[in-house]
Amino acid sequence: MSLPKVHEIPIGGIITEPGSSRRNPTGGWRSLKPVLHDDRCIRCRICWMYCPEGTIKEIKGEFVVKGKKYQYKYEIDYTYCKGCGICAHECPVKAIEMVPET
Amino acid sequence: MIEIRFHGRGGQGMVTASQVLATAAIMEGKYAQAFPEFGPERRGAPVKAYLRVDDKPIYKREPIVEPDVVVVGDQSLFVSENPLEGLKPGGVLVVNGAYKAPVKTYYVDATSLALKILGKAIVNTAMIGAVVKATGIVRLESALAALGKYFTGRLYELNAQLVKIAFDQTKEL
Amino acid sequence: MTTALQKARTVLALTSNYAAAYAVKAADVDVVAVYPITPQTTIVEKIAEFVDDGELNAELIHVESEHSAMSAVVGAAAAGARVFTATSSQGLELMHEVLHIASGLRLPIVMAVPARALSAPISIHGDYSDVMNTRDTGWITYIAASAQEVYDTIIQAYKVAETVLLPAMVAYDGFLMSHTTEPVELNDEEEVRRFLPRKDRPNVLKPEKPITMGAFAMPDYYYEIKYQVQEALLGSLKVIEEVDREYGRTFGRSYGVLQTYRVEDADYIVVAYGGASFGNAREAVDAAREKGIKAGAVRLRVFRPFPADYIAKLLADVKAFAVVDRAIAFGGPAGGPVFAEVVTALWMRGIDTPGLSIVHGIGQRSMYVEDFVKIFEMLKDGEKSKVVYMGLRL
Repeated sequence: MSLPKVHEIPIGGIITEPGSSRRNPTGGWRSLKPVLHDDRCIRCRICWMYCPEGTIKEIKGEFVVKGKKYQYKYEIDYTYCKGCGICAHECPVKAIEMVPET
Repeated sequence: MIEIRFHGRGGQGMVTASQVLATAAIMEGKYAQAFPEFGPERRGAPVKAYLRVDDKPIYKREPIVEPDVVVVGDQSLFVSENPLEGLKPGGVLVVNGAYKAPVKTYYVDATSLALKILGKAIVNTAMIGAVVKATGIVRLESALAALGKYFTGRLYELNAQLVKIAFDQTKEL
Repeated sequence: MTTALQKARTVLALTSNYAAAYAVKAADVDVVAVYPITPQTTIVEKIAEFVDDGELNAELIHVESEHSAMSAVVGAAAAGARVFTATSSQGLELMHEVLHIASGLRLPIVMAVPARALSAPISIHGDYSDVMNTRDTGWITYIAASAQEVYDTIIQAYKVAETVLLPAMVAYDGFLMSHTTEPVELNDEEEVRRFLPRKDRPNVLKPEKPITMGAFAMPDYYYEIKYQVQEALLGSLKVIEEVDREYGRTFGRSYGVLQTYRVEDADYIVVAYGGASFGNAREAVDAAREKGIKAGAVRLRVFRPFPADYIAKLLADVKAFAVVDRAIAFGGPAGGPVFAEVVTALWMRGIDTPGLSIVHGIGQRSMYVEDFVKIFEMLKDGEKSKVVYMGLRL
């Protein structure tokens, strides 16, 4: 791949295309993978707030878990999840487990 | 070029006096340069200010060491320093109060006039009147117009009056 | 239509600091970050007065430090505003890291710097130690020599900065200019605004066309982006000259990047910067010529980009030159920072004119015309290749 030359880069190091980081699938960096156990999740949203890459997806719908009804659930976007483990560290009910990538 | 050195004490307004006279000269279409001997401004400390006036642009920016005119706002300065140092032969002293010096001297009782008119011993505007009378460096009307750039309202009225009275009362000793 | 030149002249008695404030008003600046430091303070005080009187419609941001002052104008400039701030000495040092950000982001910020010595020991007096420390920050750096030039240069600096997309500082002697009352001819403000039309820039934050500014650059990109700054800064010399000429045509005053005095037939040239150094050098040229020394003086009006070709051309055929620095390049190969620059400019062009590095006016040690006459006498006596600390009790 040939990188752009001096005059091919916008001045000031500005990035002129919003959302260009989508082209960088950071999922390949992972050595440990977070696995979300939906049956333990209390929907507190802390993982969603803490994830530095915004890979926790809030899915809307009707979900019944252990007899309790929820309006949404969470899923992890493994294309961009880089396996940092912050979600698992912050989860107050240990619903996220870090397991080795296979 | 005429070079004037002002000697006063912090708070007497000698720096402003030099600026007003520079402004008056500039309003007359002349070139002028006024600058204080800079330091942390302290009330009561000896202060020097410099004024150059010329018909040509002024480039030199050194302290005035050989003035044509020395202006002394406070006679006590003759005790602590020598305001006449470097005064050119034939140079003129303009002083607050009759002070006997071995040079051509003009004086006005600036402190009494300031106390009478302003109620404060701030002598700078009286000394402006005295300098204008003694040197003719600018016209009295120009000095009064320039004063308007530094004082407004009642303060201007009082100080303008002071300049005029000091101008009238300034005498050669 | 009457031109600016035909209109009645307005000449005021102003200090260089007030002249800077009047230029900011004429340039219709949008945002001014304000933080006081001697000898700068009276600039922003005057601007605050203009804003309070309704003469300038600008947002004054009272910040808590110079670091914040520069950061605030970086943000405002990123949002597309025309901005101004001013500082001196320790304030400029505290801003230092943000100066690099301003140039790296290519923001056309204009700043006035009445140059002042650096602590310790504490000094409020003038020299150029603060300005010289910004040498490699990527800023266009003017050094003015009169209150009139401060006024004219700040207006020019906006045009240059907004053309080449780099920040520009206008430095001048702390106290010896910042607090000296001199005649300044003001321009018609409408005319200034026509001279400084608002332009679109690519690096402005707009919600309708989002961009990212200040992003991380890996080793495979950083170098190219910094090289862009180098190219823009070197290229700005031409723009500085063009804008100066256009300003001259419009308002009747222009300066060039170097000011010279009696250099045409000179054997010995003194290179100086700032009002006191050059003003006294200029007087000394006349005095030295009366003593039979063919003397000349050059003033560096633009320090960054360094006008190396012009300097080299002037010094190529003289017998010797001296550079008067009001700063010390501590531990450097020469005493004065600009001497080292001049020598580099000559060496790069294969010129070996002998030179003297003169350090003077440190912490506003008084400089006299006589001192500059002495420099010409030293050059005539063949003194060269050394550093002279003038006015020092050694």
